[in-house]
Amino acid sequence: MSQHVLSLLVEDKPGILTRVAALFARRGFNIESLAVGTTEVEGVSRMTVVVNLDGQPLEQVTKQLNKLVNVLKIVELEDDSSVARDHMLVKVRTDASTRSQVLEAVTLFRARVIDVVSDSVVIEVTGDSAKCKAFIKVLEPFGIKELVQSGAIAISRGSKSMSEKVLK
Amino acid sequence: MTETLSGAQAIIRSLELLGVDTVFGLPGGAILPTYDPLMDSSKIRHILVRHEQGAGHAAEGYAAASGRLGVCIATSGPGATNLVTAIADAHMDSVPMLAITGQVNSHAIGTDAFQEADIVGITMPITKHSFLVTKAEDIPAVMASAIEIATTGRPGPVLVDVAKDAQNAKFEFSWPPTKEMTPGYKPVTDPHGKQVQAAAELILQSKKPILYVGGGVIRAGAHKELHKLAKLIGAPVTTTLMARGAYPDSDPQHLGMPGMHGTVPAVTGLQKADLLITLGARFDDRVTGDVKTFAKGAKVIHVDIDPAEIGKIRHADVPIVGDAKVVIAMLTQELEKQLKGKKYDISEWWSYLIGLKERYPLGYNDLDDGKLAPQYVIERIGQLSGPEAIYAAGVGQHQMWSAQFINYENPNTWLNSGGAGTMGYAVPAAMGAKVAMPEKLVWAIDGDGCFQMTNQELATCTINQIPIKVAIINNSSLGMVRQWQTLFYNKRYSNTDLHTGTDTQMVPDFVKLSDAYGCLAIRVEKVEEVDAAIKLAMETNDRPVVIDFIVGRDAMVWPMVPAGVSNDAVQYARDAAPIWDGEE
Repeated sequence: MSQHVLSLLVEDKPGILTRVAALFARRGFNIESLAVGTTEVEGVSRMTVVVNLDGQPLEQVTKQLNKLVNVLKIVELEDDSSVARDHMLVKVRTDASTRSQVLEAVTLFRARVIDVVSDSVVIEVTGDSAKCKAFIKVLEPFGIKELVQSGAIAISRGSKSMSEKVLK
Repeated sequence: MTETLSGAQAIIRSLELLGVDTVFGLPGGAILPTYDPLMDSSKIRHILVRHEQGAGHAAEGYAAASGRLGVCIATSGPGATNLVTAIADAHMDSVPMLAITGQVNSHAIGTDAFQEADIVGITMPITKHSFLVTKAEDIPAVMASAIEIATTGRPGPVLVDVAKDAQNAKFEFSWPPTKEMTPGYKPVTDPHGKQVQAAAELILQSKKPILYVGGGVIRAGAHKELHKLAKLIGAPVTTTLMARGAYPDSDPQHLGMPGMHGTVPAVTGLQKADLLITLGARFDDRVTGDVKTFAKGAKVIHVDIDPAEIGKIRHADVPIVGDAKVVIAMLTQELEKQLKGKKYDISEWWSYLIGLKERYPLGYNDLDDGKLAPQYVIERIGQLSGPEAIYAAGVGQHQMWSAQFINYENPNTWLNSGGAGTMGYAVPAAMGAKVAMPEKLVWAIDGDGCFQMTNQELATCTINQIPIKVAIINNSSLGMVRQWQTLFYNKRYSNTDLHTGTDTQMVPDFVKLSDAYGCLAIRVEKVEEVDAAIKLAMETNDRPVVIDFIVGRDAMVWPMVPAGVSNDAVQYARDAAPIWDGEE
């Protein structure tokens, strides 16, 4: 199984998320994560889909996605020419004896504490999925009470824009 | 110039302006506003069906027989869900179809209102695209876009679901619509020249090529181009179930239909070929059998307008995305150029194939119980009606025999539910075909099981003077299922007996039923009655005709490749595999 990051420009229309998600479901494609939001162009949304696949079916995935009328453009973002980031909020158990260790981990991972109460903290961290996983591992011994993660969002390096050619 | 119209009036006006002349439908609450201006349209003929599924299949039959768009209309909720089977069918078989449904008022959507169903959601996986319209002013652009999507590229069904308040609201209508509804829709029709060149080179290198022709050739109207290509290279031709009629059966280069019930020469020709020239076909499991062992020694040229079909099942050595009509013409031209008048010689390949054709022709036996052989009935219908007639079949044994024992010479004369396998397709599809091509003789060749699913449309045919001919191949059972029970379930006939034969309770009596629907109804039980009944049906054009052919139930469809098995294991008849020479 190999992981691929697909970036989709789609028309911002009702049901588009269903169309994309349902396509993955009915064709048996495996979604690792999916993030969607608006873009610099009005009426156009961008989805970042991380799929778990092998070489041959990836072509099927992009071809099938391209058949969706509301999909404007698809590119695969390769590791070495793009950056991908996950965003994570995590609530960790702390007390007087552990708090400083947790805060040290926060500093090491360049994370931020955004809420503190007597027996827990909420931490925000941004990074690629490996960093997020490593951070979780470090926090686990203290007791993770709650964890929420965005899907990855990704963008290509350099000055080129994905939407340049599609949207005149 | 603008004009104040209601959304409903705009739907009708847009259809008229887009050249729609016929719609099949059935009104109800949420589509009522649209039925009012429809009554005044002098350009659009509305045919009131008895069940929305009938409207859907009629639209398919209309489209498949004429090559034009088929249109059906239904109300919200159950009206719309009754279209679902036909929409799925059109999606599988790439039929250009527009389905218009009423939807509850936009402010009531999502409240579980009376007759509310999320038909856009329900049909998402079985439409090429769908629209939910909640504003009247979007209607012209949506209608234009829907029809463009349905009829261009790989054709397919498009659903337009219109909220009732959008039908009632007034707005300033102007034509043509300026708003672009679907900027992401850009089908590729012209192939890469280099790919065509590579395909021609591969063909001329091959010694055992075969043309594997699918329904895309018919949808693209590429039969003439195909004929020219086939004649230039002299290669054998196979036409899939969806492509029957794309190449004349009378032509000696034609090996017949491939697949589960294909001819031995077609099945084996594909297996032994060194090159598949695949034109508008999609390597369906009913054609390939076990994919891993399908045409193992062959390279593949794959021409399709849908890029997603290429490489989906089988790797293509030369993939070509484009319209079959354009690609085949270019390929022929390129081959002429590369041949430079030389002859492309594949005579050794042909001597093998001719041997197969001689040894394994299609055939059938008389039945032990003395009942009519269903194949004989179907063969006579084809012989007496000729290749100009249109034949629509249901699904099952009678469908396979109709594909095998009727000679097709022209495209769009064989209509059936290939991909979805929808029982009940025949009667409404024949009705739609007859409406599209009123001068043509149109047969529905149906089974006793299929017929009971949609025969209510006989009322539509009688009332609207649509004189189709229906041949019920009545073996008093769900014949294909029964055949599998005979072969694979130790003759344990679980729930396949329909009790419609003359030696059963005969429920229903098809002659009485058809008579009640205003049809000329005839029962045929003996060989000597067959021709007279068919001729009488052909002469009767003041009402539909139904012939109840009582046939033997033990007849089976041969040849056969059992499901999931290699095509090398094709059986010519029960327990009779072809005998291969030497190491073959």
